[in-house]
Formats: sequence, C-alpha cells, structure tokens
Amino acid sequence: MQGEARTTPLVEMRGITKLFSGVTANDDVDFSVKAGEVHALLGENGAGKSTLMNVLYGLYAPEKGQIFIKGTQRVFRSPKDAIAAGIGMVHQHFMLVQTQTVWENMILGLEGTGFFLPRRKIQDRIAEISEHYGLQIDPSAFVWQLSTGEQQRVAILQMLYRNAEVLILDEPTAVLTPQEAGYLFKTMRRMKEEGHGIVFITHKMHEVMNETSRVTVLRKGRNAGTVMTNETTPEALAEMMMGEKVPIDLFKSPLQPGPELLEVENISVLNDRGLPAVEGLSFCLRPHEILGVAGIAGNGQRELCEAVVGLRAVTEGKIYLQEEDMTHASPRAFIDRGVHYVPSDRKQVGMAADLDVNVNSVLRSYWQAPFSRHGVIDWSSCEEHSRNIIDNYHVSVPSGRTPVRNLSGGNLQKLLLGRELSRDLRVLIAMHPTWGLDIAATRYVREQILCAREQGCAILLVSEDLDELMAMSDRLAVIFKGQFMGVLAEPSAVSFEKIGLMMAGSRASEVLKEEECCHEA
Amino acid sequence: MRLKIEKRLVPSAWLKVTVPVCSVLMAFAIGSLFLYFQGVSPLKAYTVMASSAFGSAYDLSETIVKALPLAMVSLATMSCFTMLLWNIGAEGQALMGALAAAAAVRYFPMENPFAMLGLMALFAMLLGGLWSGFAGVLKARWNVNEIISTLMLNYIAIRGLEYFVYGPWRDPASLGFPMTKPFIDSARLPTLWGTRIHLGLYVVLFLTLLMWFLLRRSRWGYEIQVIGSNARAAHYAGMNYERSVVLVMFFSGAIAGLAGMCEVSGLEGRLQAGFTAEYGYTAIIVAWLSHLNPLVSLLVAFLMGALMAGGDALQIMMGLPVATSTILQGLILFFVLGGEFFYKYKISWDGGR
Repeated sequence: MQGEARTTPLVEMRGITKLFSGVTANDDVDFSVKAGEVHALLGENGAGKSTLMNVLYGLYAPEKGQIFIKGTQRVFRSPKDAIAAGIGMVHQHFMLVQTQTVWENMILGLEGTGFFLPRRKIQDRIAEISEHYGLQIDPSAFVWQLSTGEQQRVAILQMLYRNAEVLILDEPTAVLTPQEAGYLFKTMRRMKEEGHGIVFITHKMHEVMNETSRVTVLRKGRNAGTVMTNETTPEALAEMMMGEKVPIDLFKSPLQPGPELLEVENISVLNDRGLPAVEGLSFCLRPHEILGVAGIAGNGQRELCEAVVGLRAVTEGKIYLQEEDMTHASPRAFIDRGVHYVPSDRKQVGMAADLDVNVNSVLRSYWQAPFSRHGVIDWSSCEEHSRNIIDNYHVSVPSGRTPVRNLSGGNLQKLLLGRELSRDLRVLIAMHPTWGLDIAATRYVREQILCAREQGCAILLVSEDLDELMAMSDRLAVIFKGQFMGVLAEPSAVSFEKIGLMMAGSRASEVLKEEECCHEA
Repeated sequence: MRLKIEKRLVPSAWLKVTVPVCSVLMAFAIGSLFLYFQGVSPLKAYTVMASSAFGSAYDLSETIVKALPLAMVSLATMSCFTMLLWNIGAEGQALMGALAAAAAVRYFPMENPFAMLGLMALFAMLLGGLWSGFAGVLKARWNVNEIISTLMLNYIAIRGLEYFVYGPWRDPASLGFPMTKPFIDSARLPTLWGTRIHLGLYVVLFLTLLMWFLLRRSRWGYEIQVIGSNARAAHYAGMNYERSVVLVMFFSGAIAGLAGMCEVSGLEGRLQAGFTAEYGYTAIIVAWLSHLNPLVSLLVAFLMGALMAGGDALQIMMGLPVATSTILQGLILFFVLGGEFFYKYKISWDGGR
C-alpha cells in the first residue's frame, strides 16, 4: 500500500453533477483515484457509473463539479484532453478498428506520427509494453482475428501506449473466461505495482473483494459511500447498492422433467461470415427443466439459439418438436407452435425501438388472432395485450404509445420477456436474459423464468453468468467452439474451476472425475 | 453562458404545427430578399403568386390539376420510404405507366370507356410496377443499391419513351413534334365541372384513404413499419424482408404508373415527351414534407401545386426566370427539413456556474 502514502491523488473529481434532459445521472459525486490502487466502482445499472467515468474521460461535460489531475484543476473538452492528461478508458465494447492490425490500432488518433508510419518503432514499443505488463499479443494480427479477451488486451495496450496513468476498465470481466479474467487480474496487479491507478467497474462481488483496495458505491447517481475493501463485506456493499437488504437466493422447486419436447440431433450451423459456428450438436429440452448453456461469448451460442427457433438455416442434422420435423421450418412455424425466443441483443434485435410499446408487444404474434384478422390489425386488442404485459410484468412506462427506445434496459427486458412468456409457451430459448439488469430486475426476470419452468415450459438458458446458471439450471452444458464439452446432470456438484476449464475447451471426460460426469454430448 | 441542446423525449403536438408554419414563413422571408435583389417588389410578387394560385375558381382548379400527380406519386413513394427503401424512380415508373397506357390505346382500342380506361390502368400499373419491382428484385437478391438502380431506370424510361414518341408512334400530323396521335375519346378520363380537373381527383382521394388504411391499419403496413424501423427485429418476428422489398417496390411502382396514366389520359390526351415536368422528383419532396402521412400529403401536394402555379405566374406576368419558383421550393424544403431540428431538440441557455 505504498500508494496510500502519497497525499495527492492522481484523479480527484469533486461534486460532479451531470443531467440528461433534466434527469440526474450524477448528483454531486466525489470520487478519487490514487496511484497504485485498484478502485472498484460498484452500482446497479443506471446508478451512473458509466456516466461518471465518461465525464472523467472527457466524453460528457458535467453541469457542475471539478476535476483535478494530480492536484491541478483541468477541464476536458474531449477524450483527447483526457488522454493527454494520462487518462485511458477501456469501454465494454472496445473502440477498435476491426479491419486493421493491432499495431495500426495503437496509433489511432495519435498525433505526431507523421505521414509515413514508423512501423518498426511502433511494434518494438508494443512488444516492450506487452512484455512488461504480461499482455501477450501479436502486433501484426488483424483485430477481427482476435478473441474477445485478446481484443481487450489490445484495448488496454492502446491506453498504455498512450502513457495512461489512470485506467478505467468498464466491466472488463463480463466477456472473459475465469482463466482469462485471471490473466487480466495479473495485468492489473502489475499496473498497480507500476503506480498506475485503476478504476474497475464490475457487478461481480467476489472480484471486488479479491482484486480491489477501495470501493465506491453509486446509488441513483449519488455516491453512497467509499470504503476500504478489507473493511467491508459483500453483504454490506449490496446493502449500499440497494439501500436495503435483499435476499440473494432463489427458490427453485424440485420438479420431475416431462418427456422430450424439443430434440436437436447433430445440427451444424454457419455464422454470418459463413464459417461453422455450431458443429454436430445434440441435446433435448424437456418440460419442467432448464438446460443451462455456459460458455464464453462467441462460441456459437447465438447461432445455436437462432437455429433452434428457425431464424438461422441448419446445414446438417435435424430438429424435432414432439416428433414433428422442424429442421427447415420458418420462424413463424416455431412461434405458432409455442417456441419463444429472448435474444441477447434486445434493442437491436428484439424490438423495433422507434415504434411504440403497443406495436412491439405483438411483434411476434401480430399475425395471429385476435391481433389481426383478414389482414387487418385490431389495434384495440393489441393495446389490451400490451396493457396486460405492462401490468403483469411491472413495466414502468407512461403509456402504450411511448416509443420503446425511451424505456430503460430493465423495463425493455421486462417488456420483451412479458411478450415472449405471455402467449402459449412450450419452449423458451433465452439468451443472457439478465444481462445488464440491476439487482431487482435480475431477480424478477429469474423468477419469471423459474415460474415458466414450474408451469411446464422447456427452457434453454444461455448465460455468461455462472452463478446464475448454477442457481437456475437443472442440467448444464458447456459450449466451446460450437460443441458441447459435456452436459452436467448435477451442475452444483462441479467447481467453477472445472467448468472454466471446459469453457476453455477441455472435454468433461478430461476434467471431471467419474462420478461428476454424466454424459458427454 | 452557453447554448445547450437536448433531445426532446416527448415531442410536443403544438410544435408539430407551428414549426413547419414558421419554417415556411422563414422561407418566404428569405425568398423576398432574393426577389428584392432581382429588382422586384416581394410583396407584389407574392400577391401575384397567391392570386394566380387561389385567386379565382379557374386558378384554383389549375392548382388542383398540378397537385393531382404530385399527390399520387407522393403516395406511391410513401410505402417505400416508410420501409426505408429509397425509391427515387417514381419519375420513370410514371413514364412507363403512361407508355403502357398509350400502348393499350394504340393496340387495343375499344369503344367502351370503362373497358378502355380499365385496360389502360391495368397496363400502366403493371408496367410501372414491374419497372420498380425489377429494382426491388435486384435489391432483395443481390443487395443492389435501390437509389442507384431506380435513378438509372429513370433515364432508361425517359429515353425509351422518347424512342416511341420520336419514332414509331409519332403522329404524322404533329408537324414533327414528338407526340402520338390524340387518344380516342373512350381513352380520355372525363373532366369535372367544366375545368381541367379530371377523374384522377377521385382516384387520388381514394388512394389517399387506401394508403392510410394500408400503412396504419393493415398487417402489411405493420410489417412495412417494423422493417423500416429495424430490419433485424423484422427478421426476428419472422417477416420475409426480401419478399416485402419486391412487393412494396412493385406496389409503389404500380401507383406511380397509374399517376402517369392519369396525366396522359386526363390532361394531355396523348403521349408526348417531357409531360411529367419532373413531378416524380417533386413528389418525393411532398412525401417528406408530409412526414410520410398520406392524409397530410394531400394538403402538402395542394400547397406545392399552388407554388408551382404561382411560379408560372411569376414567369409570365413579372418576367422572372423559371428558376425563381424552383428556388422558392428549395428554400421551403430547406427550412421545413431544417426546422425539424427544433421539433426534435430543445435549445436553452445554460446558466453555467
């Protein structure tokens, strides 16, 4: 803790207030980062974490408040100013040019590189930094060739290349395997030793407890408290976030699964680039049962889900729904038979965001009675339907005429879930249903899915949140490069470590002991 | 103190009316500067324009005559624009419609006006629809940019029509003018109330209501709206994007074709080169100014017709160049579209600290 001794923090934000259209995103927030510390920024979605950091990174101008860098007041008009002051930010969605190489991305937006690029010099510098911080990367690789974890390394390198002293990492572990996260933490420790200050935004409590020295909790745009990590507990932090105590565990009743409902036999599916995304995968879904799918993003989860609901062509294999061959059935045939789908990308895929709630509430049933008859839409029954969803799923929205784009993430997800769950439901395919939701909304969404299970729905749950999968799944499959590494009949009996190994490509048979392993896919 | 610009979360209904009205007034204000430097009294010029557009029953009827094709073509483009399909080929589609109608008259002349006009309409809609549907197929199949393809098809249509009126279909009695023989009586749309307003008026009124119903109430309109708002969500909802593109393009072209037929059958009574006076392009402006609302489009087309009639008068009575009315049109479009900023965003002075 030698950094603690120095008195002037690297960054000090005082009384930051930021408004968006009259809505307070940050309200009189104080925040500081010292040299040699990892400072966790914790809070529910919409608590103002990203806003605060975007203010620090010069993307937003605050209405009130000052920023001091090493004791001198600074005003950032753009990220350029912030970078010049030694502040770097790695966004959740990396700001990298996919079609360029790693080294070309390093000098993006940098001035003083001249007309000809000193490629050698740049590559040497990258090698130097990456060795120093343990960020292994091939400078001449194209960004699109890299995995998400590697792209993150590039984004961090990019900031170090610009001599950033303060690094803001916005939910960096959300996209990583446990192993990759381990490497990241090593890099973070190295940076800490070098005297960098790190702001670490996360939702995961154990990461806060293990990897940080201080925690600031934001609640509804205000600073709910800054504490030393070793002087607090996860429960205390959760209370600070929520303002009240919340029970964390879910009630999942023991149920006997029914006969096989949806059977997938050896299917292969291509991704958008025409490359194999799912290869020879088989499984079945049964009523009263949740099959969880664990895996790192981009291992064929999305393509698998889309294939199983008719949105993506199956190149090989068969899909049966209660004996009926649905391999080449249209998306509509799936919906008409009660197969519903919650996509991960709800705003880009799940909703027509410019249109209102009423229109969106029948997006996947508008051709069915009573919503339309003889080619004419019956708006009054659509409106009634949307009102039912709003009431039953507690969507907070002024009216059914509100454009969906004005809904918050949690409300959007409730609306989407309500829409998919409200009509005769036999099979539910849900991708990251709680991704990016706050604690209350997360809990609500999980309860609704468990409720569907209770009522006899067969569920495929794809998630990156292992805690969620462990708590919800009756069986757990681990996917890697479009194949199941194994299906665990008793997920809670297997350690995170072992599941992590499977997520990184080890087969269940290699990782698990005889008694833990059930059947390999 | 500095300017602060914020997005309006709830657009105000009041501004929806006042902003375009103020924008038009601003356009006329700037226009008057232009007229002043032309050495003309702006007040006098505007008076001349207004009186020649609305001054008498005859003037009013001529304004309506000009508004009819604008309204119809604007309706045609609306379905495409709602779906974010940039069909700017209405001009060519209308020309092809007129060509097909003339072909019906030439090769299948009939005494019965119902049969004759019905056949002309059928031909016009079919050829107009195919002309546009072709671009739709290119778009759906090979993702060919429809802006380019429809624009190029316009030139083919223009030259194609010229081929017929300069060549095989030219009326020998026309003294060399590029035009066909006058249509037989049964091929003329009846005119109304002793003016040049033809039966196309009823067609326009009917199509306006039909379009409104299709876009706002039908399942098809629902799909068009969703596809226009988010094509990926449309796919997720099981909609067939490719089929919709071809269908909407065909439909749009068919209405444009019908507009072309109404022009030659109701007004000109024969096919001649350049009869559309670029209505096909002006109508795109009409569609945008009316926010893709079929009912509003009727009003906007009327006002645009008045502007064109007024522009003609400026040219004839005050000796101003043709471009004058085009400049005014441009100013109006510029200000109305620019004014939308004020409708979508709120501007305030930020007190600062």
